[in-house]
Amino acid sequence: MDNMTITNAQYLLVDGGEQHIKATIDGVEMQVPIATGNKEYDEIQRQVAAGDLTIADAD
Amino acid sequence: MSKAAELAALIGSQTALSNRNIVINGAMQVAQRATSASAKSSAGFHVVDRFKFVNNTSTGAVDIEQSTTVPAGQGFGSSLKVSTSTAKATLTGTNEFGIQQRIEGRNLQVLNHGTSSASKATLSFWVRSNKTGTYVVWFYKEGSNRNIQRQFTISSADTWEKKALTIDGDTSGSIANDSSNELEFFIVLGTGPDRSSGTAPTTWQTLDNADRYVGQTVNILDSTSNNFYLTGVQLEVGEQATPFEHRSFGDELARCQRYYWQTNRLDFGPSLGSGNVGNFRQFINFPTEMREAPTVTVGTFASESGSFTPSVASISTRVLHHSFEVGTSSQANARVRGDNPAFKYSAEL
Repeated sequence: MDNMTITNAQYLLVDGGEQHIKATIDGVEMQVPIATGNKEYDEIQRQVAAGDLTIADAD
Repeated sequence: MSKAAELAALIGSQTALSNRNIVINGAMQVAQRATSASAKSSAGFHVVDRFKFVNNTSTGAVDIEQSTTVPAGQGFGSSLKVSTSTAKATLTGTNEFGIQQRIEGRNLQVLNHGTSSASKATLSFWVRSNKTGTYVVWFYKEGSNRNIQRQFTISSADTWEKKALTIDGDTSGSIANDSSNELEFFIVLGTGPDRSSGTAPTTWQTLDNADRYVGQTVNILDSTSNNFYLTGVQLEVGEQATPFEHRSFGDELARCQRYYWQTNRLDFGPSLGSGNVGNFRQFINFPTEMREAPTVTVGTFASESGSFTPSVASISTRVLHHSFEVGTSSQANARVRGDNPAFKYSAEL
């Protein structure tokens, strides 16, 4: 498990589907694919499950 | 049989003659992100590829660089140098500080863990530090939550020394044949008591966090005079440390790009002339298939009236499809400006 500080998580709506999550991770804005095995996505899921993070809906 | 022949037979029976080294970038040749980083107090892949700097001490910080200081006559051109920039004399609680590499399961099947044929493996490396004393290398299998550690001693200050540590095969705790993190080694440069107050795990066993780094006497963070150099890192099957397997820069770069790569401005391509408006799309093929679909960090793009950030439309392990959601004339004449690189792709473990 990695210690990541994740804030401002929000789904990105592209071509009508939620393809990515935009989030600030350790101070850097990143676009994280919704793909199990991706380290950042796995950590987002872990923090959501733990109640430490909420992903906002897409604009 | 002569001793030399016996040794040759032993080595030949345990190791391959090429592709022995499971570690990627062990000679610290590749540094795609940067060749130096200052005052780093957080964990991350700051300088040389595949070697992660671990630091949860909050206040302790280091300068990291790809150094040209290397052991003489060994064929190395680079080392990883860590020097303390902000000291933390006493590490507390779960503080941990050091250098780590994680290895995906597909590259570890040769170890035969989880079977009666589990092989021993040897980690060898060159180190140099002003801090003499005992250091721990901790091996951990996340998939089965099992760990083992070995210790080495730096006995002469500011002198390159080669170390070799052999770990047992693990007949329990199989290694998944996939792209997940299945084995990591962590060269400890400092630890708090909550990670070093138990009993050293000298055989493979279920993780107890208090056991991890028992025996570590050195804290590189205890003075801003401290430094630590590392190069020639090799993990191979068997209980003999064979000479370091030097690989070409191109070979090593390709291996690293499975986990991280970046496009520079000149690599990027399109520059849309003034008056071009609409929804522009571009595909970027990756130089090698990445471990997983990567996380993307996008640089700043410019237009006639200001900056904007393209969106990733879709991504796989092989290709990125991104969208210039320019849409209006105010964002015409789009081009990459400012940030270099334009895109960073990370599929690190």
